[in-house]
Amino acid sequence: MSRLYGPSGWAALGIAAVLIAVLPLFLSSYWVTLLGKIMCYAIVAVALDLIWGYCGILSLGHGLFFALGGYAMGMYLMRQIGREGQYQSELPDFMVFLDWKELPWQWWNSDQFWWAALLAVAVPGILAFAFGYAAFRSRVKGVYFSIITQALTFAAMLLFFRNATGFGGNNGFTDFKRILGFTIATPETRMALFMITGAALLGTLLAARWIVSSRLGRVLTAIRDAETRVAFCGYDTVHFKVAIFTLSAVICGIAGALYVPQVGIINPSEMSPANSIEIAIWVALGGRGTLLGPVIGAGVVNGAKSYFTQAFPEYWLYFLGLLFILATIFLPQGIAGLARRLARRRA
Amino acid sequence: MSAAAFANESGTLGRIHTGELDTTHGAVLYLEDISVSFDGFKALNRLSLSIDVGELRCVIGPNGAGKTTMMDVITGKTRPDEGSAYFGQTIDLTRMTEGQIAHAGIGRKFQKPTIFENHSAFENLELAMKADKRVRRALFARLSGAERDRIAETLRLIRLADAADRTAGLLSHGQKQWLEIGMLLMQEPRLLLLDEPVAGMSDDETERTAELFLSLAGKHSLVVVEHDMAFIAKIARQVTVLHEGSVLAEGPMAEVQADPRVVEVYLGR
Repeated sequence: MSRLYGPSGWAALGIAAVLIAVLPLFLSSYWVTLLGKIMCYAIVAVALDLIWGYCGILSLGHGLFFALGGYAMGMYLMRQIGREGQYQSELPDFMVFLDWKELPWQWWNSDQFWWAALLAVAVPGILAFAFGYAAFRSRVKGVYFSIITQALTFAAMLLFFRNATGFGGNNGFTDFKRILGFTIATPETRMALFMITGAALLGTLLAARWIVSSRLGRVLTAIRDAETRVAFCGYDTVHFKVAIFTLSAVICGIAGALYVPQVGIINPSEMSPANSIEIAIWVALGGRGTLLGPVIGAGVVNGAKSYFTQAFPEYWLYFLGLLFILATIFLPQGIAGLARRLARRRA
Repeated sequence: MSAAAFANESGTLGRIHTGELDTTHGAVLYLEDISVSFDGFKALNRLSLSIDVGELRCVIGPNGAGKTTMMDVITGKTRPDEGSAYFGQTIDLTRMTEGQIAHAGIGRKFQKPTIFENHSAFENLELAMKADKRVRRALFARLSGAERDRIAETLRLIRLADAADRTAGLLSHGQKQWLEIGMLLMQEPRLLLLDEPVAGMSDDETERTAELFLSLAGKHSLVVVEHDMAFIAKIARQVTVLHEGSVLAEGPMAEVQADPRVVEVYLGR
């Protein structure tokens, strides 16, 4: 335990845990939902940082893994609507609309929460494992890997746009009513989801900390810095890269599953290439190769986004681009790097 | 690489190989009648060479004599067109991949030092250490007392005991070279191949490297390829002179230096 953090680190973690438990009691439901959503993004940012910041592999397809986790949970939430939909059918509304008579095979067991939870981690995990193994084994590296991950998420988006895929086409899933029998819109349910998300974020940070401070973490950074040397030392670098890519995707799946009940909608636009690029911006701005940096980056960008899209909606993308350029020029190590530099100057 | 060969490689990488090397006849490496040609150019021409256990062998020769190609054949980077290469009595190097050869106990140091710049010197040696190198093991790995001692001992040997916690990227060029040699030593190689190990070193560092190699000989078998004649003179016992892809002369330094053919092709110029 003491290997992971010093006393001040554990204290900070304890304070964060208390805040997560107490804050929602005092915040309006707007803030509970917004912060809950940002914590989901922060989990994704930490997951991307594990593979990009620590292992040097830039995936621009992490939005896909996040969306798949979201869809897995979304299916369950659709089934929880029961007969309270527009058409008062056992089937989700979009299926009635499409004149389907029964659930397609993908929806097997989807009324079970445990099955949704399993799918939310297994589908991104298996996809990342298969895709990563094929790519890393063929020695696809650097910018080429980034490009094919963009292509992957784009292809998935087109697939999910189709009604025939069975996931509601371009409308996706929405109008959720209940989760585990609790009404989804009540303040109590929202608070509970907020707390669970907060716990998941802290858990992700702890797990990531454990990994990067283990020998596995040192092998990953060594792969980032001198992959051939690592291979000459007798490590099969393909196995290491596949392992961290898969784990990263699984974490994204969890974040997606927590995100959907809080925002109340999931549709294929979550898989758009731009979404995955935005995740990389959070990490770059916050600080690659640090664990707290991506959390800060996700918070700053999304906090600014929710302000800008209300105050000056048409300027948001310009602002995001400017933020990224400025960060690249003036903060190559991100906000975390700046904080470290300031701390060093004071010492 | 065929799918089957790949499966084989990934199946054995990451696992520990022990024993197997048979040196009962006193030699750790045999090369016999090795020929390699690139687009008609004969880089190696019926090269034969044998290295004894614990020997420190220097290989010299003018540019293009085939020194690096010889190293490539031994480490599996280049396949010979003809001839045989054996590690000990039984291990046929011409049938193995680079990874398998590294695991069997042949360590190679390239000219340019490649170390893990963002890790400390200690961590560099930890990562190189002979151990179970699978993913799950790496996650749970803890250094045992004996392993810490081995790393400390190697750090002393390569004169980096005081720099154990320093980030490797901040070490001097010579220290980086030593660190890389240390990383090779951590893998407990039976044969070490060193390609121009003192290139770019200061005189003082060259001197210390000579001492290091002399202290390694006996415990390890070493093959040193080097241009720096002053360095060779300091460490050489047996010297092999390569010329146009085959052995021109072989013997103690003084004898080789006096050989008129050697003088003509190399030393005289």
